[in-house]
Amino acid sequence: MSVTAPDPVSGLPRWSVLGLLPGLNLLAAFAACGLIVLLAGEHPWQAVQVLVGGAFGSAEAVGYTLFYATSFIFTGLAVAVAFQCGLFNIGGEGQALIGGLGVALVCLHLDFLPFLLLLPVAIAAAALFGAAWAFVPAVLQARRGSHIVITTIMFNFIATSIMVYLLVNVMSPAGSMQPETRAFAEHARLPYVHEVAGALGWELPSSPLNVSLILALLCCAGVWLFVWHTRAGYRTRVVGANPAAAVFGGISPGAQVVVAMTLSGALAGCMSLNELMGVQHRLVLEFTGGFGFVGIAVALMGRGHPAGIVPAAVLFGALYQGGAELAFEIPAITRDMVVVIQGLVILFAGALEYMFVPALRPFLVRRAVD
Amino acid sequence: MTTSPTEPVPRTSRSAIPSGDETVTAANGAPAVELRAVDKWFGQVHANRRVDLSVSSGTVHGIVGENGAGKTTLMNILYGFYRADRGQILIAGKPVVFRNSGDAIATRIGMIHQHFMLVETFTAVENAMLGAEGSPLLGPAGRRARRKLAELEREFGLQVPMDVPVGELPVGQQQRVEILKALYRGADILVLDEPTSVLSPREVEGLFRILRTLAGRGKTIILITHKLAEIMAATDRVSVMRSGAVVAHRRTADTTVSEIAELMVGRQIRPASRGVPVEPGRSLLDVDRVTVRDSSGVARVHDVSFSVRAGEIVGIAGVAGNGQSELLEALAGLRPVATGRILVDGEPAVSDSRDRRRRGVAHVPEDRRRSGLVMPFRACESAILGYHHDPRYGRGLRLDWPAVSSDTRGRMETFDVRPANPQQRTAELSGGNQQKLMLAREVERATKVLLVGQPTRGVDLGGVEFIHDRIRSLRDAGKAMLLVSANLDEILDLSDWVMVMAGGRIMGKVPAGRAAERDLGLLMGGVRKSDVPDRAP
Ligand SMILES: Nc1ncnc2c1ncn2[C@@H]1O[C@H](COP(=O)(O)OP(=O)(O)OP(=O)(O)O)[C@@H](O)[C@H]1O
Ligand SMILES: [Mg+2]
Repeated sequence: MSVTAPDPVSGLPRWSVLGLLPGLNLLAAFAACGLIVLLAGEHPWQAVQVLVGGAFGSAEAVGYTLFYATSFIFTGLAVAVAFQCGLFNIGGEGQALIGGLGVALVCLHLDFLPFLLLLPVAIAAAALFGAAWAFVPAVLQARRGSHIVITTIMFNFIATSIMVYLLVNVMSPAGSMQPETRAFAEHARLPYVHEVAGALGWELPSSPLNVSLILALLCCAGVWLFVWHTRAGYRTRVVGANPAAAVFGGISPGAQVVVAMTLSGALAGCMSLNELMGVQHRLVLEFTGGFGFVGIAVALMGRGHPAGIVPAAVLFGALYQGGAELAFEIPAITRDMVVVIQGLVILFAGALEYMFVPALRPFLVRRAVD
Repeated sequence: MTTSPTEPVPRTSRSAIPSGDETVTAANGAPAVELRAVDKWFGQVHANRRVDLSVSSGTVHGIVGENGAGKTTLMNILYGFYRADRGQILIAGKPVVFRNSGDAIATRIGMIHQHFMLVETFTAVENAMLGAEGSPLLGPAGRRARRKLAELEREFGLQVPMDVPVGELPVGQQQRVEILKALYRGADILVLDEPTSVLSPREVEGLFRILRTLAGRGKTIILITHKLAEIMAATDRVSVMRSGAVVAHRRTADTTVSEIAELMVGRQIRPASRGVPVEPGRSLLDVDRVTVRDSSGVARVHDVSFSVRAGEIVGIAGVAGNGQSELLEALAGLRPVATGRILVDGEPAVSDSRDRRRRGVAHVPEDRRRSGLVMPFRACESAILGYHHDPRYGRGLRLDWPAVSSDTRGRMETFDVRPANPQQRTAELSGGNQQKLMLAREVERATKVLLVGQPTRGVDLGGVEFIHDRIRSLRDAGKAMLLVSANLDEILDLSDWVMVMAGGRIMGKVPAGRAAERDLGLLMGGVRKSDVPDRAP
């Protein structure tokens, strides 16, 4: 509310804001998790070992971690782009689902194309379908003022229903009882990283990590360029920071809302490439697995910047992969407790990100003065 | 800003922690506020340097200084908004440590910000209660608040309508609500940071009367202003700040305007050259029977007609809230015109600010925080707002930041924005420097018409002279200039013609030379003078 509210970290040295604070927040989160593990009657240290080992202990584990991270980069970028325009896109799930529909349509019906032609068409379809699903709420917000949070949540439900209908009644092969399509052709699949590495003479254990990671990293660069180095990105940020100033500057907030949301939807849609063309090789129900929502936490932790989103996505990938391992290795720690632990990390690293600032300020500032 | 949900509490509040020194007692005669050797750094900027300040109880104490001298920072430290890096605050002789403004409020300090912190859709009573309801049930709390506000009104002569949404009140009255709000929270010490910059002369008089009464009843007032006449009129003592340090304390009665001015800048301020007015040329801005409505359909500007010719400055005076803002926005293409036409250099203009910019109409908005600048942005990002399509800032889709940055640095240097660092966050520039940044962006771009609202809001003496010079030289270069300001002196100083707006109508247009202040006062009150010519000859 206050126009003079100081930036909570103003005056603090940069290294402390970018390195020390997130590190401390993470430590605090793990301390809290440790307490939970203790309550479950297990050894926190052992749990940490299982979790970290499960996420990074082997090349295979790293592959799984990065596979999850790939999806989180897409959905995290999607949330971050919308946020630059002052919008909270909760609809990553739905946009990814519809993006997946686009991918499946291409992979099922255009598979007479060779891989090198099919790939760009599939990417375009993922982005376009995802963008289209975000476009409608964006226009409703721009024209009618319908709040984007409400409409994107609704669109998640609608997307799920559409997918159920299509997979049960239209897209499943005749005679099949499974709500899924036929498998994509061999050449309509993304190469795994271990396959590519193997072809280059580097033996890696198999993991679901596929080449969509490269696309995710390209998207990071693209988002960075768009938001901070283009005129459209500038307009988007002005609208996000001060709509009245945007109007003064001849920038139409409504138009920017549509631009930012379609871009956001396109990024969320691309997440389906990783899941469908990368691993499932068919369109299945609920392949998004809540990753659209994880994107919110990733964007929050990464402070909406690609350079922060990548490590945050890897952290959450590790929590997913290591968490699964944890639930498997230590039966007393259930799947739900793993979710609690992930929640704690979000709480400390995202929502309470400035918690330690007042305590640290005297040290950091005095050092800066002397 | 945080407001703690505390009822006014006695001075020895638990949240104001005495910082140890047991020998200090709240002896009689201890100053109400004492700052000892206060230092504040923002990164490399030393915003306050070993500031000592002592304000006696029951006095009005003025603080003056150039833009960026550190006045607002010092007050924010006193109000618990920032923490001093070094130094001590003593309230009534007692050392205190404020962790936030809640602590300061609990220690009976109130701050009236230049930009009001009011909920516009709430009434005065609701605003006063906000955060200090005192009980979970609003009914009894409201009655209690009303009783107490009535007492305060009576005691200090602070009449305001209690049951009108404050957004509908004139600025002067909104300010009274702010003061009432602070008093309601039990403030004994009131800090006012540039309270007069948006008030009309009459409202300023009213404010000073109130401050006198408050001081007479034992309240302590700290007043920041750039207008030295106001210091002379309203204060008992004055402290002068320069580059973060307090360089002098004076009793107001023992000093003069020119001495203060010299202490402030360390040199004599030359009087502005009035310039040689040029013969006005063709009309560049024509306003033809324009009516403007606000978003709820209420007409704010009624059937207004006038024109501004090349080489002429027309000032619009009037109490804020009489349609000047709406008129200015409509002229700038930010507000649709309900009926009538606006012509730029003879051609009808549509309601689109981009179109205005293309036609050489530049606009300095009245409120830099609301719409003129983007506070979280770097200065260079704020400095291209509205001109971000200019090819000099990069080809095609790309924005070329090095080019933007060096262009901004040049503008900042020309307009003496300090620090002239394009990478500084806009919000971290001092108020006056923000204003200069905005002027630096707009003034040069006016190839035909310059629309200016409150051009020198928050700018210091030297800066005002510079800006006035700039505006005059644009006039002499044959631009048409329309000036809206609450500051009558500024209007009289700059304009060739003065129009007065009241109730959304233009009450009259008089040549500035003949514009006796008394006549303007009458016009502002809504008295139309039949002998005042309605149009320029
Ligand atoms: N949050 C901040 N971060 C960094 N620098 C700041 C911050 N706030 C103020 N400054 C700097 O501190 C100095 C003093 O600023 P301050 O706002 O106190 O000036 P001021 O005397 O109130 O000026 P003005 O008359 O223009 O309002 C300026 O150089 C300003 O740029
Ligand atoms: Mg200030």
